Amino acid sequence: MSETETPRVKISCRNVWKIFGHDPQNTLNLIQNGMTKEEILEQTGHIIAVRDISFDVNEGEIFVIMGLSGSGKSTIIRCLNRLIDPTSGQIFIDDVDLATMNETEIRMTRRHQISMVFQQFALFPHRSVIDNVAYGLEVQGIPKAERRERAWEVLNMVGLKGWENYHTYELSGGMQQRVGLARALAVDPEILLMDEAFSALDPLIRRQMQDEFLNLLTQVHKTIIFITHDLSEALKMGERVAIMKDGLIVQLGSPEEIVIGPADDYVTEFVRDVPRSKVVPVRNIMKDPAVTLYSWQGPKVAVHEMRQNDVQYAFILDPGRRLRGVITRDEAKQAIKDGITRLSKLVKGNALQIGPNQPIEEVIPLAATSDNPVAVIDEDERLIGEILRTELLLGMTREDNGNDTKQ
Amino acid sequence: MTQNSNPPNKLVQKLQRHRKARWLFWAGTSGLILLLGWLFSSYYPESFYPPLAADPPWNLAFWVSEGMDWLIVNFAVIFDAIKLVTRWVLNSIEDSLLMLHEWSLLAIIVLWAWRLAGRRVAIFSGAAMYFIGMLGLWELCMSTLALIATAVLISMAMGIPIGILAARSDRINNTIRPVLDVMQTMPAFVYLIPAVMFFGLGNVPGVMATVIFAAPPAVRLTNLGIRQVPKDLVEAGHTFGSTDFQLLFKVQLPLALPSIMAGINQTIMLSLSMVVLAAMIAAGGLGREVYMALGQVDIGRGFVAGTTIVLVAMVLDRITQSLGQRGKRGTSAL
Repeated sequence: MSETETPRVKISCRNVWKIFGHDPQNTLNLIQNGMTKEEILEQTGHIIAVRDISFDVNEGEIFVIMGLSGSGKSTIIRCLNRLIDPTSGQIFIDDVDLATMNETEIRMTRRHQISMVFQQFALFPHRSVIDNVAYGLEVQGIPKAERRERAWEVLNMVGLKGWENYHTYELSGGMQQRVGLARALAVDPEILLMDEAFSALDPLIRRQMQDEFLNLLTQVHKTIIFITHDLSEALKMGERVAIMKDGLIVQLGSPEEIVIGPADDYVTEFVRDVPRSKVVPVRNIMKDPAVTLYSWQGPKVAVHEMRQNDVQYAFILDPGRRLRGVITRDEAKQAIKDGITRLSKLVKGNALQIGPNQPIEEVIPLAATSDNPVAVIDEDERLIGEILRTELLLGMTREDNGNDTKQ
Repeated sequence: MTQNSNPPNKLVQKLQRHRKARWLFWAGTSGLILLLGWLFSSYYPESFYPPLAADPPWNLAFWVSEGMDWLIVNFAVIFDAIKLVTRWVLNSIEDSLLMLHEWSLLAIIVLWAWRLAGRRVAIFSGAAMYFIGMLGLWELCMSTLALIATAVLISMAMGIPIGILAARSDRINNTIRPVLDVMQTMPAFVYLIPAVMFFGLGNVPGVMATVIFAAPPAVRLTNLGIRQVPKDLVEAGHTFGSTDFQLLFKVQLPLALPSIMAGINQTIMLSLSMVVLAAMIAAGGLGREVYMALGQVDIGRGFVAGTTIVLVAMVLDRITQSLGQRGKRGTSAL
């Protein structure tokens, strides 16, 4: 998990085009000769669904493709398991070009490497829940007892224990999609394609499913391509988000990059209503700590330092710069009166702390419940910054890049 | 704008050619029909168009007859084989129906109806079949059932695979659609003639004429049922790496089952309506009874046999209809 290790590329799309119509190849030539999408639709009746898409997805990543209907997101995800054949371009999975695979090879890839979860669940109504989940194993030719046992395990994992023998249409939407998810997971794929998997669910159930899904991913190591039309879902689920419009990727970046620096008006329009506090991480608004003291120092030094810097508190660190606690100026003065000579005696472990990658939102309840400052610490508990109340308020409202001049 | 002022590109031209080709096709077909009409116009004296010769040696009817003769002479072996197999199936079914004691057969029918269609249909079926027995038409009824069963079996054995092929390919579908139209709309009497020519008189040509008349719904509704399987379910099937065969048997056919059952139900009904006509070429059963009543202008005898056919139709209809409904329950919640 360390950041120095370069992640392995699992899926790689190179200049993928998809044109629907009876003569896509010729249409592609027309585009290269400069005809626009509208002219092509009008004169030839061809629809350009995906235009020159390139992206890489790293192993274990959650890659979100976001776009409205007709943006080409469903087409591109279907190119990844060749439910749709791209008109041109290459798609590599583990450095193997999908286009070079024959029928049998692509079937094997679908059976073992890539699974899919569908927007409308696409469960088989003539099969029970467990036989739905076992479908992928069944087509692989795995004996009934074995595939049922595996299906049963996966059903337990998604919280559907006891529903094995029901028909899928007897289940609620959320439960049906759990079956869909279980069916996809049962074959233990390396890649999971989520085609608007939670879009058909009620908002409350959707949020619950998102959380459970993210939680599930901590147990199973998968590479996820997640399609959605809902920006807040994209920002919540994605490690990186690609925003598509008219078959093009208009922006590709981390949720934070997209919210802070939308690439064009289209994306700006999208992120307008996103609460920054949910996306912008703490490190963007943190300041260097004003006063830091070591636990072997004494209260007199503490009072002096705080007076010098005109602050009311100081962070106490141990020799490894790990955060030990916070002391206020009044507490330090009291300590002098009490004759305490080392700050380590005063440490109560009372510091409010947060990681640098947490969204600003998480700081708000901390800052609201106490007068003490909030410390930002890294994975090794070392102090790397503090959050001032003024910065917190600014961080929640400020718009960067001069965008606040726009309507 | 510079782009627009370019001469129409290749693809646009191609599209226009395509449209032109469709026009040409229909115009050509119509022209061909008119040409044939002109060539064959002399057969009936009331022809719109004066004949080419006073008594031309060729006309449509003559041409078809010649073709038939040619087929009979050259493919006699094949027709004999078909005849043998069909007769064997027919006789086996009829023998086993007659071998069973009336009561046990009655019990089987009632039980079958009860299991598939519920108590009410079971009671009705029992009463209807018993009524037929009381009229003394039990044996004739069994002959008719054997005829229908054979015709329906053959219709299914041919119709369902053809329907599957038609569902998989638009080209096949477009090719067989007019053939099915002809099979269904051609007056059923017309089939009797080639049936007799190929298979002689008796039950076998009766079954064959019935098959031609009754098979189209099996093809059509199998095709329809498979095409109506929701796209995302087919996609899901592909996603998990199903072979075409697995997809067909694990996803498409089970989901098309209600529709296929409806097709079989229609096939049975059409077979029943053909039974009387088949009697004209010496097929047995209740049809012969009706046909003889017609010959003797015996309204009573005709009515009794006719009523029996209606009762058999109702029993078979209710039972097979429920088969389709049973399958449908699974998909209705989609």
